[in-house]
Amino acid sequence: MIDTYFLPLLGGLLIGFAASLLLLFNGKIFGVSGIVGGVISPQKGETAWKIAALVGLILGGLLMGLLRFDAFSSLPAPPMPILVASGLLVGFGSRLGNGCTSGHGVCGVARYSPRSITATALFTVAGMLSVLLIRNFGW
Amino acid sequence: MRNVAIAFLTGFLFSIGLGISGMTKPEKVQGFLDIFGNWDPSLLFTIAGAIFVYAIVFRISKKFHKPFFAPEYFVPTKRELDPKLLGGSTLFGFGWGLSGYCPAPAIVAAGGGVTPVLAFLFSMLLGMWFFSITDKRYFSKK
Repeated sequence: MIDTYFLPLLGGLLIGFAASLLLLFNGKIFGVSGIVGGVISPQKGETAWKIAALVGLILGGLLMGLLRFDAFSSLPAPPMPILVASGLLVGFGSRLGNGCTSGHGVCGVARYSPRSITATALFTVAGMLSVLLIRNFGW
Repeated sequence: MRNVAIAFLTGFLFSIGLGISGMTKPEKVQGFLDIFGNWDPSLLFTIAGAIFVYAIVFRISKKFHKPFFAPEYFVPTKRELDPKLLGGSTLFGFGWGLSGYCPAPAIVAAGGGVTPVLAFLFSMLLGMWFFSITDKRYFSKK
């Protein structure tokens, strides 16, 4: 019960709160694909905060790992070709579509942006289809 | 400098939020996307919680003329759909389902010492780099 509903909800509230800080203080959208893309193709004056946000994500993961917090998978990872194909599609697609789960899915949907709502609907359905394929044809 | 500190704090808290919710476990994400099979609805609560908080704060933010530490809001104003948005989101979603990783949880998992995710992240950077090249050559001219 706690694992199924309470922790996912608590995590979600914290995710919303974190993204809210960036909006209220810096006036920016917390979109992680855009942040990574902005570090690859830097714009003047926009790099330092993006790197800081990424360092925050990494250190959060490091802390949860060190504290042995049950945040990471104990299952075997997907085979290498799947990880590579997935990464290429996620990288290219999120930049082409101007956002991913954080920027479109959380920030954009909460702003009632028609673009983000459409993007979120599309990537959720596409994700369901690819899981359907994996479940039926395996890795 | 204040902006950099806020960005760090945002990344850090976001990371913990992802970890608490289970978003950093790809099998959890795939379970959420597995609506035709053994569907795990728990991440629906994560998404709803995040959108709920952000929607309220976004409304509040409109009452302030500017952010506390910046001269103006940098919020996208474009509303029209275009082929790039539709095609990109579909490709992204398909890739997301394949591994169960999207950018933020993958970065957090890498920080947590999950080594196979580095293959995903490296490929993701390659995909983004490939986009930046094709975007300059093809998409931007339209």
